[in-house]
Amino acid sequence: MVDTKTITVTVNNEEYTSTVNVRKNLIDYLREDLGLTGSHVGCEHGVCGACTLDMNGQTVRSCLILAVQADGMEITTIEGLPSEGIAEELKKSFAKNNALQCGYCTPGMLSSALEYLNNGGRANKEEIRRHISGNYCRCTGYQAIVEAIYDVAENGVSK
Amino acid sequence: MKSSAFQYELPEDLSSALKLLNSNDLDILPLAGGQSLMPMMNFRVAQPDILIDLNKIDSLKNITIEGDYVRIGSMVRYCELEQSEIIQKHFPLIIHVIPYIAHSAIRNRGTLGGSVSLADPAAEMPSVLITLNASIELSSSNSTRSVNAEDFFKGIFETVRKSNELVTSINIPVSSMPKKFGFYEVTRRHGDYAIAGAVVTSDNGQDNFNDTRVVLFAVSTKPMRVPKSEAALNGNNFNNQDSINEAIDAVTGNSFERDLHNDETTKETLAKVSLKRAIGGLNG
Repeated sequence: MVDTKTITVTVNNEEYTSTVNVRKNLIDYLREDLGLTGSHVGCEHGVCGACTLDMNGQTVRSCLILAVQADGMEITTIEGLPSEGIAEELKKSFAKNNALQCGYCTPGMLSSALEYLNNGGRANKEEIRRHISGNYCRCTGYQAIVEAIYDVAENGVSK
Repeated sequence: MKSSAFQYELPEDLSSALKLLNSNDLDILPLAGGQSLMPMMNFRVAQPDILIDLNKIDSLKNITIEGDYVRIGSMVRYCELEQSEIIQKHFPLIIHVIPYIAHSAIRNRGTLGGSVSLADPAAEMPSVLITLNASIELSSSNSTRSVNAEDFFKGIFETVRKSNELVTSINIPVSSMPKKFGFYEVTRRHGDYAIAGAVVTSDNGQDNFNDTRVVLFAVSTKPMRVPKSEAALNGNNFNNQDSINEAIDAVTGNSFERDLHNDETTKETLAKVSLKRAIGGLNG
């Protein structure tokens, strides 16, 4: 028996209506059904943070949410991050600081970093480290990532 | 891995959810925040026939003051608990501990009722609720009962909840917020599962421990209250090293459970370290 349900989700300001298998995770729906492969699948049990994205203004683990639970929600993935403001500044800062190597953790890392900055996160390396403690990076050793976020927290959006 | 197939139900009110729970011969699991159940399903440790998603039941999402206690609906998420003015005003201990629960993305979904129902021995909130003398409200189609937090947790992922019941609220007497509290946990990284942890509360904010509660977590099958440690501290000054040492020594002799990486002796040692640091960090 395959239980399916029809859902309507807004992803990166675009509305999609799809019929999905109820056991499908949100991340698999985004990647397989919508072709938005920018969000990455890591551990599939909520530990690595690679699939972190924004749902209704909050970061969530998209491997721990069913696609059917996203019915009526607004999702922002890495593909939908604006090319202006704090998101753009963060992307530039990641590039400038070499805060990514293989890039696998980057979509989730940016999502967590954006949440930190949007919620008034300060230029404090200890607090930044604590906030991104749920995102694994196996390349950088975190230092460059912390510095990238720190720079944006300190300097804000350049005019 | 991906979860096995299941039938998905999304009841819009409590009575419909409770009715769905009544079937005897199927494996039915209620889904709260899903931050533990979803991994268990992805690992196929849990393979429910029917999944009842509680996320549309608005009546379980409120925090209210009811006479002399605060009622926290079971579907209140950690991020909401943290933002709640009622919780901030009455239970600074809860506010203090929330940042230690996993990570922001998890706390945006995870619920207090889910954590309580799951009864993970490494979870912080069950022990906090025991120090706060909370009671857990359980509802089924035909009855509602209330169980003291200390009697609610039975073992690893085991509580007194029956399969036809749902945890509907967590009720905490306003008067039970301790004047002083301390919290410490040992983890591999911030927000990771605790390897050992301790919550200490005292009802007296002046000089001496009074009506002390000592609860250890992540070191046994369920939250471990340590009456001998409490007795050693009661009546003594917050800085009395002899009584503090006695309280820490009294941790020995309890029954500790190993995990994958730490045997019973390590657990006992880390429990003592946690207790010592929790007492050392007493505030309020």
